[in-house]
Amino acid sequence: MKITRKQFLQIAGASAVAAGAGKLVTAVGQTEPSGTASSGAKTRWGMVIDFQKCRKDEGCSDCLNACRLAHNIPQIPDRAHEVKWIWKEPYDRVFPFEQTDYTRQAFDSHILPILCNHCGTPACVKVCPTQATWKREDGVVMMDWHRCIGCRYCMAACPYGSRSFNWIDPRPYISHINPDFPTREKGVVEKCNFCEERLAVGKPPACVEACPNKALLFGNLEDENSNVRQALRARMCVCRQPELGTSPSVFYLM
Amino acid sequence: MRDRLLIFSGLALFVFFVTWPVWHGVAARTSAAGPKLELPKLEKNCVAPREYMRTSHMSLLINWRENAVRNNQLRYRAYNGKTYDVSLSRTCLGQCHGTREKFCDRCHSYAAVSGPYCWNCHNDIPKGVTTPGATSSGVVAKLTGSAP
Repeated sequence: MKITRKQFLQIAGASAVAAGAGKLVTAVGQTEPSGTASSGAKTRWGMVIDFQKCRKDEGCSDCLNACRLAHNIPQIPDRAHEVKWIWKEPYDRVFPFEQTDYTRQAFDSHILPILCNHCGTPACVKVCPTQATWKREDGVVMMDWHRCIGCRYCMAACPYGSRSFNWIDPRPYISHINPDFPTREKGVVEKCNFCEERLAVGKPPACVEACPNKALLFGNLEDENSNVRQALRARMCVCRQPELGTSPSVFYLM
Repeated sequence: MRDRLLIFSGLALFVFFVTWPVWHGVAARTSAAGPKLELPKLEKNCVAPREYMRTSHMSLLINWRENAVRNNQLRYRAYNGKTYDVSLSRTCLGQCHGTREKFCDRCHSYAAVSGPYCWNCHNDIPKGVTTPGATSSGVVAKLTGSAP
């Protein structure tokens, strides 16, 4: 069959359009993994913090201490250099947009533990230029400290202030080094890892285990019969700024 | 041959400068002998053949790291069928080499390798050591017992 130059160019052009259209269809068809209740994953780790149980003993810091000791978190007196995984904040700072004159009277002096929300759609993951932070299939927002370049984009992106930067070498500020967990070094960002090293051996997070009042529940949000889902069914629960669309995995039972 | 003195002193100077690295080495008491490594007493085999570990332990460690952190593979099946925990502190140091100073550092300083910054974060401190200025609490004992 003889083919003219015009026909050749027509066929080549049509093929290019067809190939391009195929790619476009595939790209549009792939939605972002959303981690919300309908994501289809088998596991999505979540935490429920019982405000009523926690407020009974506000002097208690067992969850904070357990985390600090498990993860070699430095205690730096200078607040500008503070490193936080789980820490306490007064009610009005945990839920700044859920305030009325009466809640202010009732709750403002009360203190709640806060930590990384391990969001379903984490803003920190989207902005990380090196994929040093990413979302695992089980819902844990992980960090690879080897890969973190310390750009702090994630800190700017996180609406909950859950991330801390190591401005100075943290080692001199660690009271008791747990040899089973690495420390971090100057120049990397860190945050709560939902005790992924404990989850790997079938243990609950250190804070959950340490709570004397059992105010912290940990479980699989995808499992309808899990302790967290039962707690979420039984009582009114809130999470921090759900309107941002981050879909947090940490809930507070009120 | 009136310039004999000049020629020979010039030659001597030339030989001295050409052999300068040798004299420098003698003065610094350097030796061509390899580093004296303290080998593990209990274990005879590493996680990979000795020759491979000598040349490529860094690749193995990077693979361990990527697989452990990113793919959640926390066990490693060695060439001889044994399985190990993927952990620099617990397996490499804890099970075999003991301290980094007598193994890692000696070879790295001999080979003038600068830069493996593993120990900036990974612990080379024996279990239970408390750093100065410590403020320990009652939870210490409770927690260190249950840490993975």
